[in-house]
Amino acid sequence: MVTQTADIPEELRPYWDSLSCGFPRVAEVFPDCMRAALVTLSAGGVATYIEHASFLGKMGRGAEPILIFLEEWPEIAKSVGEQALPDIMAFIHRMWKSPNGKAIVPFLQSLPVAARRFHSFEQLHDYLDIALDLMERTTGSVHGIHQTFPSPGLPEMFKKISVLLAKLSLVGLKNWVDYGVRYYDDHPDRQIDYFSLQLADSQAVLQRERHGTLMTDNERKLSMYLRGLWQDEDMLIPYSGAFDELRKVIPYYDKQGIRLPDVYDDSNGITGLERYRATLAHMVGHRRWTIAIIADNMSPFQRMAAEFFEDSRVEYLAMSEYPGLRRIFMALHPIPDENACDPEKESGVRHRLTMMSRAILDPQHPYKNPNVIEFAKRFHEMMQQGESSTQEIADLAIAFVTRTRRQSDQLAKTHFKDTVVDYRDDNRQMWKFIEEGDEEEAFDEPRKIEPGEEIKGLPPRHYHEWDYNTHNYRPDWVSVYEGLHPSGKASDIDRLLEKHAALAKRLKKMLDLLKPQNKVRIRYQEEGSELDLDVALRSLIDYRSGVQPDPRINMNHRNDGRNIAVMLLLDLSASLNEKAVGSEQTILELSQEAVSLLAWAIEKLGDPFAIAGFYSNTRHDVRYLHIKGYSEKWDDEVKGRLAAMEAGYSTRMGAAMRHASHYLEKQQADKRLMLILTDGEPADIDSKDGRILIEDARQAVKELDRKGIYAYCINLDPKADEYVADIFGRQYTIIDHVESLPERLPELFISITK
Amino acid sequence: MDNKEQYRVNKEPFYQAQRDEIKLYEAAYAARLPVMVKGPTGCGKSRFIEYMAWKLNKPLITVACNEDMTASDLVGRYLLDANGTRWLDGPLTTAARIGAICYLDEIVEARQDTTVVIHPLTDHRRTLPLDKKGELIEAHPDFQLVISYNPGYQSLMKDLKQSTKQRFTAFDFDYPDAKVEAKILGKEAGIEMDLAMKLVKVGRAARNLKGHGLDEGISTRLLVYAATLIKGGVEAKAACRMAMVRPITDDADIRDTLDHAIDATFV
Repeated sequence: MVTQTADIPEELRPYWDSLSCGFPRVAEVFPDCMRAALVTLSAGGVATYIEHASFLGKMGRGAEPILIFLEEWPEIAKSVGEQALPDIMAFIHRMWKSPNGKAIVPFLQSLPVAARRFHSFEQLHDYLDIALDLMERTTGSVHGIHQTFPSPGLPEMFKKISVLLAKLSLVGLKNWVDYGVRYYDDHPDRQIDYFSLQLADSQAVLQRERHGTLMTDNERKLSMYLRGLWQDEDMLIPYSGAFDELRKVIPYYDKQGIRLPDVYDDSNGITGLERYRATLAHMVGHRRWTIAIIADNMSPFQRMAAEFFEDSRVEYLAMSEYPGLRRIFMALHPIPDENACDPEKESGVRHRLTMMSRAILDPQHPYKNPNVIEFAKRFHEMMQQGESSTQEIADLAIAFVTRTRRQSDQLAKTHFKDTVVDYRDDNRQMWKFIEEGDEEEAFDEPRKIEPGEEIKGLPPRHYHEWDYNTHNYRPDWVSVYEGLHPSGKASDIDRLLEKHAALAKRLKKMLDLLKPQNKVRIRYQEEGSELDLDVALRSLIDYRSGVQPDPRINMNHRNDGRNIAVMLLLDLSASLNEKAVGSEQTILELSQEAVSLLAWAIEKLGDPFAIAGFYSNTRHDVRYLHIKGYSEKWDDEVKGRLAAMEAGYSTRMGAAMRHASHYLEKQQADKRLMLILTDGEPADIDSKDGRILIEDARQAVKELDRKGIYAYCINLDPKADEYVADIFGRQYTIIDHVESLPERLPELFISITK
Repeated sequence: MDNKEQYRVNKEPFYQAQRDEIKLYEAAYAARLPVMVKGPTGCGKSRFIEYMAWKLNKPLITVACNEDMTASDLVGRYLLDANGTRWLDGPLTTAARIGAICYLDEIVEARQDTTVVIHPLTDHRRTLPLDKKGELIEAHPDFQLVISYNPGYQSLMKDLKQSTKQRFTAFDFDYPDAKVEAKILGKEAGIEMDLAMKLVKVGRAARNLKGHGLDEGISTRLLVYAATLIKGGVEAKAACRMAMVRPITDDADIRDTLDHAIDATFV
């Protein structure tokens, strides 16, 4: 191979020689890179630069690594310092020696982004640690000693680093990486999807770990802000530029609602929440005071100017309503430097208009431009007269454009620095277009929207699941599909009830004792509604005989009602099909009898109650079946559903409990009780670690408790002692003799609610 | 007669008329029709009745109703005495005897079986039977019954029976409009109109949230409190938070929004 060394200038030749590199592409860029390096690096730094570059060239990975390094290092060194190099090289060495050589190029490419983001050696060091940790944990081995498979996720993460670092702090990045390694360690394809941000999980965790104020967390506050301060209301819809680097999120509103960026970081001393409020205040201003004007007769520049002036006008009006907004607007509005834009070389339209807008907002503006000062004055004079109008302000804007027009405004290169006012919307509502576009005529048929497939059933609801390993929730992990339980013959249930007629009689006696007695007499009151004659006489006798009388001679009445809402949650997993020990019946049949009796008993008591069953087939398919709703009576329809009860699949208890609580918590009652009837521990086929679902159920019980729901478990598994206390604390009963269930269940209910 | 004097309103209470309610009330009193005043808390219902009692120069007996109140709390009861028992008139009986305006405040708080004792007093009979004592009181010609309640709290449990409602003529009160309310603040607390307008603005922001997490908006009474605090030298924002926001909500989101409204209004 012939090296094109002829082009290397004489003074750089010693460096070139010590680089001893044979790639022609390197020779092409070498002089430029070397000159940059000589300017930015110290003498020692230059020597190591050459030395390490030389190593990268001989690594056997082609010209790519050395090229990137030569080009990027001087810049990187400028922002994080030269002392970072040994660490970086050590990391590259490790990748080179492991099967992860393919990740070296993406790593080198990620460095400039990381360096721009970090500005400090320590942070870069932490970043390297995170990458190293990811590599070590995901590089596979067959026999446990030699690492033979490269880490699937590592290069993917490097490729996505600019997106990741834009949203995550280092701690967030670490958590995100941790999550990916933990859950996708054993599934290389999924791991690649995770680290390249293709998985929903991956984006969900990213969203959770990101910095800034999320709109979804503050939606209620913001709609209150709209309603309270502005008497306006609309849907607030977050929209995201998250996975797109180039698109800037500009808020806007249309018929569907107000679109806001999904996240705002704090900026210039203004919190994310206040930024949202500023954005809303601005948009409300438009909604109140802007009347759309016709766009067709105005040039793009004129329209832009009209938008800037109109923005200023609605803000002026908003601030006269709430003067406190000024502080927020002032902090968020950029202050373009008057001399930043060179009108000879770039178009200064935006620059001029932003200065104008700043001058209107800020009476202490620094600008000397006579036009800016004059138009600010004209603007304020106009506003002194009243609200003015969009049309009037557009005329002022056009006058401004005419006065300040320059030849260079047509230049393609526009000065953008400090000209973006990011709390302002895109003003799409400000214009009316008479003609749709500049085209002569459109001959295309308007596209018809294909009617979509009819939606069957409700869309799934997603629930978090608790992971005890990380002490954190796995976001939107479980999908719960709900539906009505299929129906069967109601007479079956009536037959079951007849079979237990004797038991029912006994229960009825107990129930009568429990029946709410609305008036309770409270005796011995000093003040009360009525005189209690017995006590009064006794007091009078005492009094007459010279003894201190009891003054508590009145009595009162108290209302003593019973106010309990009940949710009965049935585990319908496959194990219910087994025969109960020492009985001819399956557990399912016994449960059916028990639930029928219980339902009958609760109906007699008049407590509002619902019945639902659940089973699961992996986290993607948890079924929640309504058997009886709160508004339904205990009638044939409900009995029919109960009669058709069938068992199958597994028990993902936590998700079902969370979903049931969603209904129970809406019930207006003093006490809310959730009874869970199950015959085994929580388990599912996609959960290798048996502990996880137990811990999740325990967490779900805690959540219920926080919502004021009392969870109680009736367990038919004789071996339940091992886990049930972990989940339910002391709120459980184990029924060993399953055949006694029909008797025990209503009794239990009565004793819990007494 | 001493008994009657103590119930008299001697000093003119400040009342800012919103519409023609004073004239209407006078007409109702002239015919001795029972009156019901409805409206949110702190909008001036009680003040209005007090003002009218002063204007008509009649004694005013006010009873604050509550859930534990019984019919005997209104009508009267036997008490033990050295010589056995002694009858003590309740406020309603006293009012009927001396010819006062009897004002039952927040009547829905009382249980429904309690409220029916007022029925015979509120129709053509104008009598009050004291069954325990075996006496039938003819109401004094000056006697008038006034009740008030707040429809805002209305729930299934707390509503008036139709048979009670249909014995009254009614006034519907609401918070006054911004200018009038500011004037009230100025008069009550002696603050500048400008400051009063700002307070009213914050108050309106909260009223817009009624039903969206707030059961009731900030009442005129609370605005007066805030104005009084400011007049007393408390910094405006702190006074607003203390008098207007903290009392009405424990909801962090609402508190935040209202705090922001204060920050945005007072600069």
